Amino acid sequence: MIISIASGKGGTGKTLVATSLALALKDSHKVKLLDCDVEEPNDHVFLKPKITGSEPVSIPVPKIDEAKCTRCGKCAEVCAFNAIAVLGEHVLTFPELCHGCGACSYLCPEKAISEEKREIGVVEWGGADGIDFVQGKLTVGEAMAPPAIRTAKRHTDSDGISIIDSPPGTSCPVVESIGDSDFCLLVTEPTPFGLNDLVLAVETVRQLGIPCGVVLNRAGVGDDKVEEYCHRENIPILLTIPLDTEIARLYSRGITLVEGMSEWKDKFVGLFEGIKEIVDARSRSIKR
Amino acid sequence: MQEVVVLSGKGGTGKTSIVGSLAALAKGKVLADCDVDAADLHLLLSPKVRQKNEFWSGQVAQIDEAKCTECGLCQELCRFDAIKDYKVDPIACEGCGFCSHICPEEAITMRENMSGHWFVSDTKYGPLVHARLGIAQENSGKLVAQVRQEARRIAEEQGLEYIISDGPPGIGCPVISSLSGASLALMVTEPTLSGIHDLERVLGVCRHFGVPGMVCINKYDLNEENTRRIEDYCRSQEIKLAAKIPFDNAVTEAIVRGVPVVEYADGAVSREIEGLWDVISHP
Repeated sequence: MIISIASGKGGTGKTLVATSLALALKDSHKVKLLDCDVEEPNDHVFLKPKITGSEPVSIPVPKIDEAKCTRCGKCAEVCAFNAIAVLGEHVLTFPELCHGCGACSYLCPEKAISEEKREIGVVEWGGADGIDFVQGKLTVGEAMAPPAIRTAKRHTDSDGISIIDSPPGTSCPVVESIGDSDFCLLVTEPTPFGLNDLVLAVETVRQLGIPCGVVLNRAGVGDDKVEEYCHRENIPILLTIPLDTEIARLYSRGITLVEGMSEWKDKFVGLFEGIKEIVDARSRSIKR
Repeated sequence: MQEVVVLSGKGGTGKTSIVGSLAALAKGKVLADCDVDAADLHLLLSPKVRQKNEFWSGQVAQIDEAKCTECGLCQELCRFDAIKDYKVDPIACEGCGFCSHICPEEAITMRENMSGHWFVSDTKYGPLVHARLGIAQENSGKLVAQVRQEARRIAEEQGLEYIISDGPPGIGCPVISSLSGASLALMVTEPTLSGIHDLERVLGVCRHFGVPGMVCINKYDLNEENTRRIEDYCRSQEIKLAAKIPFDNAVTEAIVRGVPVVEYADGAVSREIEGLWDVISHP
């Protein structure tokens, strides 16, 4: 089963939920945690994994053979991202604009364009306390997160439970992270910001056809509007975590909730059971 | 004209609450919400939308079923797995147009994609440019660029001294688009190990693009040992620490009321944010 953890708004507690859910389930299941928040991956801060392997994340970018090139301009014409320009006798490439689609090299009439790999990040893996761990890391200064997410997600396990910690937001990196999940857990907080961004996140998962549920974090501050919204939209609130300075302090020191306060283990197991019930009911209804 | 962009790397450190308060404190400014994925600044500023614009960006492939012979070349060549069973998945489509060039039947055309809206609004604090990217859309960086361009135009037209923009979390495409060419990046962090880790990465992005930075520690009293580590880190990097804001529920209460915290409470939080604006405006 693939469970992704997402949120429209940042800083609502995705990492807290992902790491504690993984730890709560590791004794009873084969668990893999994939940190796909490749711009700011933080799961490692809490799990302190031993990294045992890595692979570079790269995208193919054009390399022009000046001897074969006739400056016909076809490559510049077909590039949708303005990553190639022909200026007089020179062909300029802008690798940081290239999306790696391959159109230029395929369509060059002189076969003057080959592709070389441009590294934009790394995917690392290893183990942490009985959990298989994978993280993608975008290189500082690079713009394109989706290729790093795609590379990390190739490590998703079909057996056992894969937990995907997604980036915040609602655009392409989020879609890349949560796509193909069996369930998406949306973490929010009971404030107007939390609600505004939850509504956007719900629209995103619904567009992708992924069932979702909510974890309400820092309950006790703010207002009741998130609960009213979930009730109205028939979205289950599967776990409520109160606003508690002790929880915030543990988080600040990089200690997971289930390790710092052992009573939370059962609650996270209960969260998983709630997810499993929804996923099982859905697969039964699809079979029918 | 000074363009101040508020960033954090990690989400939820308090960017929007701080920008909302700077909106109330600064004179002669235009506000820009560059977090086009999950914009929240409007919830503090009660904007009256004056102008709503469509944002057309990028393209999506479309297959003419009548012309398609199901040869499968497009599926084979698409590197984004966006064509399955001779149908385009518009969410996966990168808009590169490769398929439209190679289709032997010329059955594939590229159509323009409306991927969001951007707005120019009036608020009691001055003009606000904000946007909403469509759900599951690409090109957030281009929409950010559009928001900044409009904010700059308004600032020039009205002779305003500052552009204050609320940036997105992370370090990727929309952050780079918010940051490049700005006068100052204010990085809001929190005294957590995640906050520190993410601050280091976002500072790296500021350096990469040559934008000077300042740091503000929010909820500094949550973990004073980590706050000292951030202070040491700022000294070692020769980055100015502009403010240390204490934890106070008044910040959340102000969000619930939909007002900037400096207009809601006059405690230590508001005094620190006033000091922060002093530092930014008198470097």
